[in-house]
Amino acid sequence: MDFAALVQHLRAALPEAVLEEHPEAFSPWILVRREALAELAPLLRDDPALDFNQLMCLSGAHAPGPEGERLWSVLHLYSTRHGHKLGLKVVLDVADPACPSVAGVWATADWHEREAYDMVGITYTGHPDLRRILCPDDWQGHPLRKDYVAPATYNGMPLD
Amino acid sequence: MNLPIERHEDGNIILTSAEWLVNEALARSIWPMTFGLACCAIEMMAAGAGRYDIARFGSEVFRPTPRQSDCMIVAGTVTMKMASRVKLLYEQMAEPKFVISMGSCSNCGGPYWQHGYHVLKGVDRIVPVDVYIPGCPPRPEALLEGMELLRDIIRGKKPRQAAAARNA
Amino acid sequence: MHMESRELFLHGSRVPDTGPDGELMTLNMGPQHPSTHGVLRLELKTDGEEVAHIRPHIGYLHRCFEKYCEKLTPPQIVPYTDRMDYLGSMNNNLGWAVACERMMGLEVPEKVEYMRVIVAELNRIASHLVAIGTFGLDMGALTPYFYCFRDREMILDIFEEICGARLLYNYIWVGGLSHDFLEDTDDKILRFCDHFEKRIDNELNPLLTFNKIFVNRSANVGVMTPEQAWSWGVSGPSLRGSGVDFDLRRDDPYSIYDRFQWKVCVGEGLMGAVGDCWDRHWVKVLEMKESVKIIRQAVASRPKEGDVKEKVPARVKLPAGEIYCRTETPRGELGYYIVSNGGNQPERVKVRPPAFCNLSVIDEISRGALIGDVVAILGSLDIVLGEIDR
Repeated sequence: MDFAALVQHLRAALPEAVLEEHPEAFSPWILVRREALAELAPLLRDDPALDFNQLMCLSGAHAPGPEGERLWSVLHLYSTRHGHKLGLKVVLDVADPACPSVAGVWATADWHEREAYDMVGITYTGHPDLRRILCPDDWQGHPLRKDYVAPATYNGMPLD
Repeated sequence: MNLPIERHEDGNIILTSAEWLVNEALARSIWPMTFGLACCAIEMMAAGAGRYDIARFGSEVFRPTPRQSDCMIVAGTVTMKMASRVKLLYEQMAEPKFVISMGSCSNCGGPYWQHGYHVLKGVDRIVPVDVYIPGCPPRPEALLEGMELLRDIIRGKKPRQAAAARNA
Repeated sequence: MHMESRELFLHGSRVPDTGPDGELMTLNMGPQHPSTHGVLRLELKTDGEEVAHIRPHIGYLHRCFEKYCEKLTPPQIVPYTDRMDYLGSMNNNLGWAVACERMMGLEVPEKVEYMRVIVAELNRIASHLVAIGTFGLDMGALTPYFYCFRDREMILDIFEEICGARLLYNYIWVGGLSHDFLEDTDDKILRFCDHFEKRIDNELNPLLTFNKIFVNRSANVGVMTPEQAWSWGVSGPSLRGSGVDFDLRRDDPYSIYDRFQWKVCVGEGLMGAVGDCWDRHWVKVLEMKESVKIIRQAVASRPKEGDVKEKVPARVKLPAGEIYCRTETPRGELGYYIVSNGGNQPERVKVRPPAFCNLSVIDEISRGALIGDVVAILGSLDIVLGEIDR
């Protein structure tokens, strides 16, 4: 399926889920309503016409924009059977950074969601073990936020 | 070579100082700790392999435990998460112990000094360092040269700067 | 100097402390351990000698790569990609260059494409040699390590001649290459191919691959099913070891890999179950032969005229937009997710490192294995901590 057909298929199955589509992007993606993701993810994997069996990547990003600060949780999916790809983006408010976890659908998401939590501070609801993964457990702040300021010391060791 | 050895008349007995003998033995058999952190560890492995053959200088015995090693080669970037372990490993080594800082990262943070919020800017902030080897990564020859420098320090030909840092 | 090692003892574990036969023992492996291939810590929950769960702790080599990407221009990022997967630097460079070029719509000259394939495949061989050598070392076989490093030095010599570095090359730039090949580089590469092909069949395989002790230690150990592999995002030789016929060089083509005759090697369970440690090792051995094939074809058909820096832009500026671009490194699928707003620096770069996903499966495939087998499983997954932690 090409991107237009994919979006059409998804809109038919879950009319509320897809908010925007961006076929013109280098890697075409759709904007997904946060509440719909938990329902959408199993469909993407299990629907034989879609069959997205691989979660290539899950990224968290912090994007200060004109309409205020936003966090992105971006999923890139691939179907080895059909050979099609799809990007999914969930946009979150910094004040309410909760996003449904897809770790139960694709196990790849387990560590990637932990990393997104560690780096930009998205809290994934329903994640089996949401802890920091790269930084130490007692690290302060989320390093890839644009307003992050590195601490002067950690555990008594100078950081500058 | 002018050795501090006194040969007795019949040739079967030699006299020397215990200090010289111990230092010479140590200098010819420095056992490093198997302790690879990052890219530099690959060059350290290459130094242990056939072409560069660190065994020629008596240092091929890489010990996995700090208690059996004389020298810690900090080969790679020390991060904040790892720093407490590096310190712990150093403290577990038996005296006399030496530290070689291999590569820019462990010397001063290397390419990660500017925005590296999680990188320790030089391993000498947590353990005293005897020899610094520059390079990113240093060639295996540079590591051999560093070991040679350490040998001179052990033999007392070069002052041990780290001792001052340790006592401070 | 006062330092707390509080983090050392922090636990928030969801791994159960009890098994069917009572309390489980916790055993820490690493971060300083000879067989963890760097600074990885595995928290093993064992029932006697049997492993019940593994909880990997990573981040001991977290070097803030993604932060640097937000502060530097794309050409400046190239040396940092070297340092992620320091065994396959050329492949990392290539992935970054391909991603940037796709965003910019940049066509690189034919000559450059061929040279990129040659160096990437040479680096794949060098990386697999380290993987195989250290895997043998983990299994208690010391000699193959020396043989593998000897052959690897020949590749490093070629790289040193063409770009001046042994390990971290900064060779593949956005739009071109940093240096052209020398006059006799092609001959040297072909000489290496002749030498190396014989070494695989005459030395490496009899000495290690079909060695009885090695086979006993690695066959039927750490069996990974294709379903597990897909679910955890495993890629590269570890995925193909499970019998999955999938290689990005063929199935999601980039550069000019579609012009060469070669085949994707998969594990067939010659010594035990499909997807065991031996199969993952065997796929790497076969892949090295395929890489030699690709190199021979590329050297024979590559154009020799032209400047390798002709298309390198004076100022690399990524257009606004986002891309996810993936390439096949020695360890598997390396993906770059780049968000640009049209400025000099990317807005956000996220790397999808292959070893990161390959390592995450270790808990599932090690259950029921012995503690000694964990070493074998870890060695066969061929992880590089530099790219796991970035």
